[in-house]
Amino acid sequence: MDKVIDLQLYQIIASYIFIAILLFIVKIRGISREKEILISAVRMTLQLILTGYILVYLFNNTHPLYTIIILMIMEIFSIYNIFKRTKMKLSLSLKKIIAVSMLFGTLSSLVYFLLVVVHISPWYDPRYFIPIAGMLIGNSMTGISLGVTKLIDEMHSQKHLIESALMLGATPKMASKEIVDRSFDSAVLPTINSMLGIGIVFLPGMMTGQILSGISPLTAIKYQIAIMLGILGSVSLTVILFVQLGYKTFFNNDDQLIIDE
Amino acid sequence: MFFLKEVKYKDILSIKKLHIPKNKITCIVGKSGSGKTTLLKLLNKMIPYDHGEIFYNHKLLNDVNSVELRRKVIMLPQVPAIFPGSIRENLLIGLKFSQKPFVGDSQLLNILETIHLNKDLEEDCKNLSGGEKQRVSLGRVLLLNPEVLLLDEPSSALDEDTEHIMIQSLVGYTKKHHKTMIMVTHSKRIVTHFADEIITIANTITKREV
Ligand SMILES: Nc1ncnc2c1ncn2[C@@H]1O[C@H](COP(=O)(O)OP(=O)(O)OP(=O)(O)O)[C@@H](O)[C@H]1O
Ligand SMILES: [Mg+2]
Repeated sequence: MDKVIDLQLYQIIASYIFIAILLFIVKIRGISREKEILISAVRMTLQLILTGYILVYLFNNTHPLYTIIILMIMEIFSIYNIFKRTKMKLSLSLKKIIAVSMLFGTLSSLVYFLLVVVHISPWYDPRYFIPIAGMLIGNSMTGISLGVTKLIDEMHSQKHLIESALMLGATPKMASKEIVDRSFDSAVLPTINSMLGIGIVFLPGMMTGQILSGISPLTAIKYQIAIMLGILGSVSLTVILFVQLGYKTFFNNDDQLIIDE
Repeated sequence: MFFLKEVKYKDILSIKKLHIPKNKITCIVGKSGSGKTTLLKLLNKMIPYDHGEIFYNHKLLNDVNSVELRRKVIMLPQVPAIFPGSIRENLLIGLKFSQKPFVGDSQLLNILETIHLNKDLEEDCKNLSGGEKQRVSLGRVLLLNPEVLLLDEPSSALDEDTEHIMIQSLVGYTKKHHKTMIMVTHSKRIVTHFADEIITIANTITKREV
């Protein structure tokens, strides 16, 4: 393996100077975003330093319980993040469905991916488990957020058509089919689009990271192909579960639309 | 056909006793906001009632499956619903929702005649006028061949002449096929010409036979 250039402190500082220049430009252009840029840069730095130390500790002290705890923290944080990111009010039943879809969708993809595709051993090896779980959970989180927004939005804006469909004898499933399909599309399309641009328009983060750390690009692309398929599978599964269960929360047992209650 | 007893819906409707007969034309009249649309929605179980009992053919609505009921008791909403697509698609979508077999163009053309719409089946619905949309949405209901037609102001967007001709053919259709029609309308002319029964919704609900 080639020798990897380990960034020194002064090199990190140099990258901060780059941001300082950016801040200066933003300031003279009168765009009032200095605070956000500064806060996000500092927050990112602190979060990553913390994560770095935690990962070093975990890699040196592997234990199944640690891996599971980290996994659960990631799941809880991502579910909480979906709730926070959605601008509309979420009903309790919809929140439950988001949580169930996230947990079931990402965990089953993760198990398949780690145990069948990558074959890690021991099964809790944090060096593989944690970053791969992060990628699956993170992408599914983004997907489901888009799906939630679209579903709620359309249920409200298309209320009249849904009601009219019910009046014509449609089941709730038929009445909301178009909306469910569109929610699925809007959740999964970004993932599909990023697969189309990959390797041509941009090099994905994981592959870039592996190449920078001295791994052959050929090994890196194999991982990248596998992980992209894993992400696509996890996002799709999570979103399918969500939309298939989620639309039902807008109807009661008497097949009546309950939106403004 | 319908029998309501001590029915309450929020503080909007309160009905002591009301009977709506089979094979008749019943008109529902009353001021705007008095609860006419609400009454129709109660009859096909689009909304839950808080109190009381509603019977359809001697069966309590609570014990009837909503979707099955709505396939027999079809409601035309006050604001016509137009789905993306042509007139043909908009007529057929009711059959799709009710899971009934599709029909050929000749039957669709018959329907266009009944609702007095002189248009091509291919035409895109989004360009139709308000009154034309209303008639397409009515045609869709007729195509479903329901036992009961709940019509919420089916002619509100039509001129008087077209209104008269169209309601006349609707009433003809209802009588000929032994259907029951329950229609909300603001038109005095329609009521005096065609109603067998009149329900007036005010603070107290009154019924008058003609
Ligand atoms: N879901 C609802 N929640 C609360 N109030 C409602 C609801 N639906 C209707 N209302 C109110 O109930 C009253 C009756 O409404 P409804 O639509 O039945 O009137 P209407 O007699 O059909 O009037 P119009 O002739 O203008 O169509 C109105 O004051 C309306 O604001
Ligand atoms: Mg009304």
